[in-house]
Amino acid sequence: MRIGLTVNGERKETEVWEGESLLFALRERLGLPGSKNACEQGECGSCSVLLDGTLVCACLVLAAQADGHEVVTVEGLAQDGQLHPVQEAFAETGAVQCGFCTPGLIVATADLLERNPAPNDDEIREALSGNLCRCTGYAKIFDAVRLAAER
Amino acid sequence: MSTTARKLELGRVGEVVKRADAIPKVTGKFAYSSDLIAAGMLWGHTVRSPHAHARIVEIDISEALAMAGVHAVLTHADVPGAKTYGLEFADQPVLAIDRVRYFGEPVALVAAEHPEQARRAAERVRVEYEPLEPVVDMERATEQPPIHDGNPTAGHGFRDDSRPNVLRTMVIRHGDPDAAGEVSVEGVYEVGIQDQAFLGPESGLAVPDGEGGVDVYVATQWLHVDRDQVAPCLGLEKEQVRIHLAGVGGAFGGREDLSMQIHGALLALHTERPVKIVYTREESFVGHVHRHPAKIWMEHRANRDGRLVNVRAKILLDGGAYASSSAAVCSNAAAFACGPYKVANALIESTCVYSNNPPCGAMRGFGAVQGCFAHEAQMDNLAAALEIDPVELRLLNALEPGDTLPTGQRVTGSLPVAEVIRRAAALPVPEAEELPRDPIRLPGGAGNTTRGKGVQRGAGFAVGFKNICYSEGFDDACSARVHLWVGADEQLAAEVHCAVAEVGQGVTNVILQVARTELETENVVLAAGSTDGVDSAGSASASRLTWMAAGAVRLACQEALEEFRATGGEVDLERTYHHSRTFPLDPENGQVTGDRVHVAYICAAMRVVAEVDVDLGLSRVVWIGAAQDIGKAINPQAVYGQIEGGTAQGLGLALMEEIQTRDGLITNASFTDYLIPTTLDMPPVDAELIEDPEPDAPYGAKGVGEPPTVVSTAAVVSALRAASGRELSRVPVRPDDLAGL
Repeated sequence: MRIGLTVNGERKETEVWEGESLLFALRERLGLPGSKNACEQGECGSCSVLLDGTLVCACLVLAAQADGHEVVTVEGLAQDGQLHPVQEAFAETGAVQCGFCTPGLIVATADLLERNPAPNDDEIREALSGNLCRCTGYAKIFDAVRLAAER
Repeated sequence: MSTTARKLELGRVGEVVKRADAIPKVTGKFAYSSDLIAAGMLWGHTVRSPHAHARIVEIDISEALAMAGVHAVLTHADVPGAKTYGLEFADQPVLAIDRVRYFGEPVALVAAEHPEQARRAAERVRVEYEPLEPVVDMERATEQPPIHDGNPTAGHGFRDDSRPNVLRTMVIRHGDPDAAGEVSVEGVYEVGIQDQAFLGPESGLAVPDGEGGVDVYVATQWLHVDRDQVAPCLGLEKEQVRIHLAGVGGAFGGREDLSMQIHGALLALHTERPVKIVYTREESFVGHVHRHPAKIWMEHRANRDGRLVNVRAKILLDGGAYASSSAAVCSNAAAFACGPYKVANALIESTCVYSNNPPCGAMRGFGAVQGCFAHEAQMDNLAAALEIDPVELRLLNALEPGDTLPTGQRVTGSLPVAEVIRRAAALPVPEAEELPRDPIRLPGGAGNTTRGKGVQRGAGFAVGFKNICYSEGFDDACSARVHLWVGADEQLAAEVHCAVAEVGQGVTNVILQVARTELETENVVLAAGSTDGVDSAGSASASRLTWMAAGAVRLACQEALEEFRATGGEVDLERTYHHSRTFPLDPENGQVTGDRVHVAYICAAMRVVAEVDVDLGLSRVVWIGAAQDIGKAINPQAVYGQIEGGTAQGLGLALMEEIQTRDGLITNASFTDYLIPTTLDMPPVDAELIEDPEPDAPYGAKGVGEPPTVVSTAAVVSALRAASGRELSRVPVRPDDLAGL
């Protein structure tokens, strides 16, 4: 089937098989592999994207369900060549090691700060508890969230 | 022209430097092994055994082959070269031949146009199995029928042991193994199977070169050793197989062994099309080796003043179906079983068996983790028996340079055990938080399971050590190639090619910082990691790569600069760096046969505060303080990151991480059922870096990746014991254990 959706502000159309997830369509059909395929069952948050402004796991949304909707991925956060403050903070604080969780965490953090511009430590922990990271032990990720919030 | 370039502002050894790959990673542009695409690409899928142990009667591929979109279905009969491979022992079939030995073992391969077509075709490959009794109890494995014909690890200089299913037996006899002390404590400790659980699933892209050879782009830990295993199985010369590093989504030992490399190459050569294979998370749990489960008996004999007299240990490790690096893990488990203490007399037996359980091999800490959990529990118990403060007991026995280890090796480099103990013990512990409080800060968390009644607090302590680099006579050298020229701006410019695996640990920055420091220029770029154009860098393992890559890059840069200054012209040279030579252990008594079995040592100590609801069996780690021996920090930010991340993996083993099996079948192969620490599980980690430069290492820098994982499991459980008053002799600790059920 053919679907049409807005991704990072651009209108896109693509052919998909009915069983494909939004994650697969983004990664394999629309040339946007930034959202990651770590568990593909909604446990790790690596594929977090915004669907009509709501944070979702793209692996749990069928591509067909996104037909006619608006998606923002990690590739869409930088504006006019300027990194999003959350991206800058992650790079600066050492919150990135292997980086496989990073796109999902950055989208989730941007979403958190949109809703709560000055989260306390408990709020940061709770908001990001659906995003697994295996490398960092999260300490530098918390530093990055706090730095991005300050800015 | 200037040969010293404009003043170097940033990026030398010792400075905090932003990761070279940080921007591509935060923008989603970094190409991981699962992100690759090629024109005309097919998708590969692996048919896997549903049995832990079975005879293969027949494989019928006809139905699968006839399905829409399917281009190839391959079995062992299609493997043109060697039918088996392995890191140290070639005991693992590329595709199962007449028998499967573990759940998930690859049996056949499918290539199709869409991944779903490949998956569905894989379900139609008809494999007739005759199930066999699986060997699943490591304590009975040596009495059961052998799962391999002949012993794959025989003839490698190991101790003779004719019992079936013995992968390696070690004995270390040191001093007088019967020496008696005034006090003795003994215990039995168990460790479950831990998974590396890296987030980026096994994946890669194989591209035929049109001339019979193949390029494989893959997430791995050692490019050249992959090539050396792949080429013989394809029946190709090494030069016809080029392995290129694709973006690696974490490794932690789990990418030392091959996953899709041979399979992808087979499908690509067979179909003459690029083939991509991406494991699902469920597959990933059977797609790589795990940390060895262990059962350890230990007895510590000491005098009343607290000095250790004799340590006796029996260590049993389950290696699973194939050898992987189990022989070296078995050796490490024995070598570090006594911990970083002065032990004049010891008798240590370490045995690793084959079984039909999931194959085990390398994982961060490599045999030292299991032993540390045991010896630190023993030290706490000994302190209690002697009524000595546990930190004081450790200080009293702390190993120092000049001491002789149970292997007979004398410690010659830096090893500040007492210093890490003192510094960790001196870290200020946060004050106990009053009740009531937000449930997110109570054991059980936001589930609001407890209101705080029954919550008890305790503090624990642990120290541990392990080796850096490979051991027992293996020369894991590292090569680097440096190309120097005068750039467009009349400045010195350099390209460095070192076939290291950047797995997230930050070795890319180490190389850049070393090259900038030595060449005094910022104009340094790295060539893409590949087996093409440079010799081996060795593995991203054993906390070795900072030391070895820094050694190779420094050597190549220094010689290239010298030549450049002499000739004034372009220079392109390659140099190979070797660490101090190591020697095997005598198979009869485990004593070193030269001056060293290990290259050098690293240690760390941790202090942990935990709370336990003793009625409900819930726990919460409140705070972790760490002091780690690092030699010298090349990039302090990256070092802290390694300590925090390594600590988290050890905490995971202490509290939640275990692969569950039933008759050899994995029953929790998902992140729903195999739990790793989240933001709500990890406490703050206050880390202190102890810089005591290692005389043999470039810039004095030791590796840093493993010590936090070695120590944190033991330290967390020590705190849980203090809080709960329970024995807690098995990890992961279960709520039932904490509640005494």
